[in-house]
Amino acid sequence: MIEVQSLTKRYGPVTAIRDVSFAVAPGEIVGFLGPNGAGKSTTMRILACFIPASGGSARVAGYDVFRESMEVRKRIGYLPESVPLYSEMRVASYLDFVAEVKGVSRSTRKRRVADVMDRCLIADVQNRLIRNLSKGYRQRVGLAQAIVSDPHVLILDEPTIGLDPRQIAEIRSLIKSLAGEHTVILSTHILPEVSMVCSAVVIINRGAIVAQGPIDRLVEQFFPTSRVQVEVAGPRGAILEGMRAIQGVVRVEDGASVGDGAGRYVVESARGRDVRGEIFLLAAQQKWGLLELRQVGMTLEEVFIRIVAGEESEAATPATDAVPPDPAPVADEAAP
Amino acid sequence: MKVWPIYKREVRQYFTSPVAYVILAIFLFITGLFFYAIFSGFAQASMQIAMNPGMGRDLNVMDSVLRPLFDNMRVILLLLMPLVTMRLFAEERRSGTIELLLTYPVRDGAVLVGKYLAAMTLYAAMIGGMLAYPAMLAYFARVEWAPLLTGYIGLVLMGAMFAAVGLFASSLTENQIVAAIVTFGILLSFWIIGWLAAFVSGPMGAVLTHLSILEHNDTFAKGVLDTKDVIYYVDFTVLALFLALRSLEARRWSG
Repeated sequence: MIEVQSLTKRYGPVTAIRDVSFAVAPGEIVGFLGPNGAGKSTTMRILACFIPASGGSARVAGYDVFRESMEVRKRIGYLPESVPLYSEMRVASYLDFVAEVKGVSRSTRKRRVADVMDRCLIADVQNRLIRNLSKGYRQRVGLAQAIVSDPHVLILDEPTIGLDPRQIAEIRSLIKSLAGEHTVILSTHILPEVSMVCSAVVIINRGAIVAQGPIDRLVEQFFPTSRVQVEVAGPRGAILEGMRAIQGVVRVEDGASVGDGAGRYVVESARGRDVRGEIFLLAAQQKWGLLELRQVGMTLEEVFIRIVAGEESEAATPATDAVPPDPAPVADEAAP
Repeated sequence: MKVWPIYKREVRQYFTSPVAYVILAIFLFITGLFFYAIFSGFAQASMQIAMNPGMGRDLNVMDSVLRPLFDNMRVILLLLMPLVTMRLFAEERRSGTIELLLTYPVRDGAVLVGKYLAAMTLYAAMIGGMLAYPAMLAYFARVEWAPLLTGYIGLVLMGAMFAAVGLFASSLTENQIVAAIVTFGILLSFWIIGWLAAFVSGPMGAVLTHLSILEHNDTFAKGVLDTKDVIYYVDFTVLALFLALRSLEARRWSG
């Protein structure tokens, strides 16, 4: 549904994106990840036919975004990052305007507008001026204008930014419900969101794609080992030695002391090999006090940090605009 | 062509904000002052003639009241029209709404025409409201309707050109004040360009005279509908709209 081939965009001497290629299958929801300034918005603006590329090509819904822009524009819903809405209009008449411009026929327009207002939970503010809405409502009106014409492809730039946790959950389930009939590409900083909503990700950093694919495959690729976190009281040296001797263990990370002579360790073993039983037996046999034994799922977040951090240490100059992703204590959502 | 929804939205924006009402009120107030002053002068002159028939001149309503009124109106329009059109594209660029507008399935030309017609609608309300003065005049004196009609045609043509220039200027910038000043600058340049003609001889002087806005409007108020003048305004309007369209399209191409 979306095919991007070696797309490049230069603003004067600055290259915003270079040689970006990826594809999104119909009905898929793809997360577009990257630190600030990585080129996410630039790519999305090109896909939405707002700016032309300097090189390469992109096809959306089978049409070239440059040469057949009108056909593409008929089939997309776009939500820019800044959510630019006409602040002097009322919500319902704004959506009616968008629906009319997007060619929703007069007979279905009223129902269609009422329908998206229900779906986006903005029916209660339909007669308010957009200027007076809170950020969360504006965001949802923006999403409503994107889906009001029931487009094949949705291009959403940071759709959940500025919402409260309950609204985020509602918007996520809304986006999820769009999968199947719509193809969605959404950019975000919030990594757990991607794990929850998306089936695949494209990670972009400093203008170039650094990883892409289904989330579980990416996690596997970057973290080929399973990890177990162990908290155990006992002599440090013997514990390290004993756990390293267990068959299949690749590495034991000596963690911080957690008090009362206990220490925290991370045991890495070949993927699929569960060493928890053996660790328990070892501790019991040596009469070490086993305080915690827990499998640690590797998250997309760690993949992301590893990729982006790795890229940065390779480069001589660190990118100052790269921010760490939002911290999120979700360890078990990596594999959907 | 999806001109209609664009037009509807723009007209609604004019008339749900104070913009249209302030412009209408100020315009009608100032033209009203002019009308009052001119008409009072006319009344005084008529009275003097009535007392002293020997002084009889060709005193008629068209030449003594409506023509001076139209003359003054043109100057007021020169100052006000840039304010009517300055918002049209500049505001969309500043607030970023142009990003959504231009990714909707609507041609740049339709956006342009919709906005242009909306500005012309407000302009029509302005000069339409001004019809009150000839109507009042008709109560006291005999008004010749044909020169009044040609005078209005001249006003419409001039307003069409002013609005087109304003739309073009607005498409260049995201700053409304810049848009207004550029519009004013272009219009005023073409206003006074004819004065230079006095110092330039030969064909160049003729060209400068022909380019002047003033040169082409006086005839309408005299009751003359000259194709030369009509074509001047139509050409100027079409050229300005064409440049505005190019300026919109430029964004799509500048890779």
